[in-house]
Amino acid sequence: MLTIIVKRLIATIPVLVVVAVVIFAALRLTPGDPAVIVAGEGATLQQIQQIHHDMGLDKPVLVQFAVWAGDMLKGDFGDSLISGLPVSTMILNRAGPTIAITTYTVLLTLLISIPVGLISASRRGKFIDKLVSGASVLGFSVPVFITAYILIFLFSMKLGWFPVQGYEPISKGLWPHFQHLILPVTAQCTIYIALVTRFVRSGIIDTLNEDYIRTARSKGLAERSVLIRHALGNAAVPILTIIGISITMLIGGVVVTETVFNIPGLGRLVVEAIQTKDFTIIQAVIVLFSVFDIAVNLIVDILYTVVDPRIRN
Amino acid sequence: MEHITKLFKLGATGAIAVSLAFAAGTTTNAETITAVMRQPMRTLDPVITTAYIVRNYGYMIYDTLLSLDAKGDIKPQMAEKWQVSEDGKTYTFTLRPGLKWDDGSPVTAADCIASIKRWSSTDSVGQIMASLLTSIDQVDDRTFSLNFKVRTGIALQALSKYSSKAPFIMPKKVAETPTSKAITESIGSGPFKFVKSEFKPGIQTVYVKNKDYMSRTEPPSGLAGGHVVKVDGVRWITLPDAMTSINAIKSGEVDFIELLPYDLLPILEQDKNIQLIVSKSQGGMPLMRLNHLIPPFNNKKIRQAALAAIDQKEIMQADVGSPKYYSTCASVYGCGSPFTTTAGAEHLVKADPELSKKLLKEGGYDGTPVVIMRPTDYPNGGGSFVPVIAQQLRKGGFNVQIQAVDWQTEIQRRATRKPVSQGGWNIATTTLSFADLGDPLSNYSIAANGEKAWFGWPNNPQIEELRHQFAVATDLADQKRIATEIQKLALDDVEIIPLGEFSVVSAARKSLNGILKTPLPVFWNITKTKD
Repeated sequence: MLTIIVKRLIATIPVLVVVAVVIFAALRLTPGDPAVIVAGEGATLQQIQQIHHDMGLDKPVLVQFAVWAGDMLKGDFGDSLISGLPVSTMILNRAGPTIAITTYTVLLTLLISIPVGLISASRRGKFIDKLVSGASVLGFSVPVFITAYILIFLFSMKLGWFPVQGYEPISKGLWPHFQHLILPVTAQCTIYIALVTRFVRSGIIDTLNEDYIRTARSKGLAERSVLIRHALGNAAVPILTIIGISITMLIGGVVVTETVFNIPGLGRLVVEAIQTKDFTIIQAVIVLFSVFDIAVNLIVDILYTVVDPRIRN
Repeated sequence: MEHITKLFKLGATGAIAVSLAFAAGTTTNAETITAVMRQPMRTLDPVITTAYIVRNYGYMIYDTLLSLDAKGDIKPQMAEKWQVSEDGKTYTFTLRPGLKWDDGSPVTAADCIASIKRWSSTDSVGQIMASLLTSIDQVDDRTFSLNFKVRTGIALQALSKYSSKAPFIMPKKVAETPTSKAITESIGSGPFKFVKSEFKPGIQTVYVKNKDYMSRTEPPSGLAGGHVVKVDGVRWITLPDAMTSINAIKSGEVDFIELLPYDLLPILEQDKNIQLIVSKSQGGMPLMRLNHLIPPFNNKKIRQAALAAIDQKEIMQADVGSPKYYSTCASVYGCGSPFTTTAGAEHLVKADPELSKKLLKEGGYDGTPVVIMRPTDYPNGGGSFVPVIAQQLRKGGFNVQIQAVDWQTEIQRRATRKPVSQGGWNIATTTLSFADLGDPLSNYSIAANGEKAWFGWPNNPQIEELRHQFAVATDLADQKRIATEIQKLALDDVEIIPLGEFSVVSAARKSLNGILKTPLPVFWNITKTKD
């Protein structure tokens, strides 16, 4: 097990190097100049060039890359080109909302989709199965922002239960925190619940046709035990795969929810940075997202070996 | 069944508890105004950037020596008085007694001198003023003088400039920061104090009332007079989604929206809790800029043909929609400035395609496509109306090619002077606020100093000579005459093509009272009552 983890960790190094080079090059090759943003609409070319120089963007690209990569290796993400604040501080200030949304979405997704998928599979062809299947298709077909607007209309505008927008950290109280996150998390997790439920359902249905299920039933095991211990256990690998993919998709896709509900998270930070060409922020956040993706995949790989001894061997 | 009943009871109790908590959670602080601003606030240096949001931040925490009142007259603000020497070359300003920075230290003449020096090294009008100065001398703690080479009226005009970049007065130690470095301090002597710990760039800017602020005693008028703060604080937020802003003001979560999209106005027009504020003075003018350096617009006749092909009404219809919020205007200064004139604008408002074709023929236009950039992500900067311009130019005999770009690409590309085949451009569009259009000095779109000019780089020494004359003129009648001459030349040479003008529509909850009619959003004089 340890060997697998070490091997996988070593394999992440070239991935991160490629990510760093690609994102750095992409930002320099695409149009846009942070100096223009800072200078404002009425600036002359000379003023823009002066700011460009002050930001160090007139240095050779290789020199800029070497400085940035060197600083990153030391754990220094640099300063925002636009606000001048340390990028690490800006990321820390914005990470809370994104971590909260992601965590609650993953938890809700697992808590709802696994039992619902199991029930649906065990009642295959019955009304409940048809209902779950229909709801799943609807769930992953409706874009997040549509779900969000419907939720805002019903629960904020009509019933007045939840605020339309904003975010409160958990330090400001448990209720204000959840009051601001119930609608965003509901909007966000609808699509993932639908997706994972479908995968759980189909995975279970596949295993229910296997000989060992028939054997388990013929031994007189209770249906609940057959479903959870034998069917779910054997369908775990594809389910883990889709959960892993969902989490990595979630961290990138949370920006829509953050935008509609005005939540100051990492997704919005990176979109704003792209709009203003704030290179240092974009580079740091993309590298962090990559590290997160690699970590999630590593955890999923480790879990494979836990749920399926054949992979371990 | 018993379990179900228990569950139901538990659910009902929970729902009541949750509802009570909702009610408690949605109580708002009646003394803080939450305002959705049109731009995100990211930097704290109003001398480095011309971004309007940073200018507005300047008006919250800093003060200015002079201000313009509602009639456009220059009034003292931090200044108690000023005197002009007999030869008109020396302006001596005296500060009001008792002015303090929000850290408690007194505001001195040395602070004013350092601030004026830093500002005048980057601002276009400030630079003209600086070029005429021989020295700025401190007379005593509250008095300083500006000494000019020639008799001039520019001192008052420059120091009362209210739009980007306005000459805000900062503490000397802050104002001595080189302009290559952005200011990160926020010590001001204005009506509000900036709360640094609450500042989240791009998200939220928080101010509290500056209790030590020495307001003038006159009633507020324009940006002049008393800046009396009647709330405890103001919170600026940026909402990236317009629909969320609308929902938030309807639900009472925000009190004010600085800029509403015209297409969403009907949602708020019927809401009895919302007041819509139509502001002409905070509006502006969309305009076309031609690239004077490369063919075909390096040919004056062809530039004139483009101007003749344009119909303002059709463009404003595409840009704004409702005639309640737009009008045509035959002046490069906008139709509300003391210098507004229609001189030389015979072909500006209505299209004359036949004249355009005639001028193209005289100019020897060879049918080479002219490239116009369309910023699809910035409707009011051209995204909504560039197709109309293209069609009008085609009717006038041009071969037009629209290139869709994002705004970032446009502002970078428009800075290039290369031919179109190498990434250059022929026509670019943008929008300027009236605050930056009203006179020949602050209106940088009519500057014609070649390579130093705004993108498009018109070169017309006659205009520059007249702008210099305007800068030194001391008499309003003289200034009006010069401004009229400049407009004639600017339209003849086609430095810009104004496309009409629009009003800004803001929204406020009716719980806000005392919102002033000013050329930029200010938050003094406003009271907030409970809804």
